[in-house]
Amino acid sequence: MPVTIEIPTAFRRFTDGAPKIDCSASTIGGALNELTTRFPAIARHVRDESGQIRQFLNVYLNEEDIRFLGGESCSLKEGDRVLLVPSIAGGLGR
Amino acid sequence: MSVYYELRCKECGKTWGNVPRSFCEECFSPVEVAYDYDSVKKVARRENLSSRSFNMWRYAELLPLPEGYEPPNAVGGTPLVAARNLAARWGLKSLFLKNDAVCFPSLSFKDRVVATALAAARHFGFTTVGCSSTGNLANAVAAQAAQQGFDACVFIPADLEPAKVLNTAVYGARIFRINGNYDQVNRLCAQIADRFLWGLVNVNLRPYYSEGSKTHGYEIAEQLGWRLPDNVVVPMAGGSLITKIAKAFRELIALGWVEEKPVKFFGAQATGCSPISSAVKRGLARFEPQKPDTIARSLAIGNPADGPFAIKQIRESGGWAEDVSDPEIVAAIKVLAETEGIFTETAGGVTVGVAEKLIREGRILPDETTVVCITGNGLKTTDAIAAEFPVTDAIAPRLDAFEALLDNQLANAATAKGN
Repeated sequence: MPVTIEIPTAFRRFTDGAPKIDCSASTIGGALNELTTRFPAIARHVRDESGQIRQFLNVYLNEEDIRFLGGESCSLKEGDRVLLVPSIAGGLGR
Repeated sequence: MSVYYELRCKECGKTWGNVPRSFCEECFSPVEVAYDYDSVKKVARRENLSSRSFNMWRYAELLPLPEGYEPPNAVGGTPLVAARNLAARWGLKSLFLKNDAVCFPSLSFKDRVVATALAAARHFGFTTVGCSSTGNLANAVAAQAAQQGFDACVFIPADLEPAKVLNTAVYGARIFRINGNYDQVNRLCAQIADRFLWGLVNVNLRPYYSEGSKTHGYEIAEQLGWRLPDNVVVPMAGGSLITKIAKAFRELIALGWVEEKPVKFFGAQATGCSPISSAVKRGLARFEPQKPDTIARSLAIGNPADGPFAIKQIRESGGWAEDVSDPEIVAAIKVLAETEGIFTETAGGVTVGVAEKLIREGRILPDETTVVCITGNGLKTTDAIAAEFPVTDAIAPRLDAFEALLDNQLANAATAKGN
């Protein structure tokens, strides 16, 4: 199992409480698909209706935002960590 | 009678009561403080303000404060300066500077947001508070935590300006220097908030924190004689302030304290970190994150948390966003100092430089009333402009030496004029 997906506390109710999920995907997109296939209830919180990663979810490969690494097509290697971090925006307040 | 407020999800509308959390546990979108405005209308009276001190707490009924909260400090209440010299230079009739460079206690608008965040931190029972910061927020957290008896832990990029680090350390805060940019520090703090029971003001206390920004807007309206300006020019880092000034104006309209009128919101960024202004100018639905490279360190957030909301606010108001280069930032700092006697930090240089650009572009018109928001103090970023002012030669304490120097300077000035 070459890659670990780290799950924030708020998401763990979808992963049976697991803080980390091992996966064998070779790209970020593949890792997210593996996660959502294994835990279908998390899927709508990871991607929006058009299949894009949700606007208020940040995804990191190790210490870097994946948007600087080519996005979902970015390839993974053994020992990589994929982090899911909910955004911390304050809102527009209408 | 107290005002009822609680957290509400921006997307799905689910309410959560009052908890230290920045996102909806149901759909993971951002949450914000929502008020029962009927209860606000029953207790908030404009005429009541006349007996209150001029600081941010005079608007207590419009802030998320626990019942019976006694403000421990006099934050806010900064000058709205009629900038006649700068207006004349730019060809404007009515220009004002909201000067939070002199905000109490730590000389930036961040004092306002920390004030409401610490009220929430006390209510939730936190004993340790902290933040991720580009500098000003760290200063504000450290200062107010010291006064209010919280332990403070702040997380900053390792290469932050020395003055901002010193202005945090002096209050006894624990400083964690992180080898990374602000966005990396911020991501780490999101993970820390997930692991430790700390009140991180701009992470798990962010909904309460950001409400403090509204007082910048309330003060502008009150200082204009309870009316709204035509234009507001606001610096953007995470993008929260511009949305909260807009929220403040909407609330004042809803309360009947000001007449409703359109206000255009203009966002200002440094070209070296301009994810929001780039998105506005290119008509993008989502901003693209950037790796910051600018002297405007306090605005150097490449992945702005409130970016989507700032973009929406600017577009819907009919405003615009612009950005300026580092040399333009330095020039604008000097222009503000030389015309109005106000020394602002690099973020203020960004805002002034962008305001000038918007006027040149014809987006801000001469007959309109424009407010430019100055949010930080120049004494914190002297490194950015030090090269502009080389140390002059010293002379002997004798009159003939002074006269010789003066003659020399006059000759040089004449030569320069001749060229």
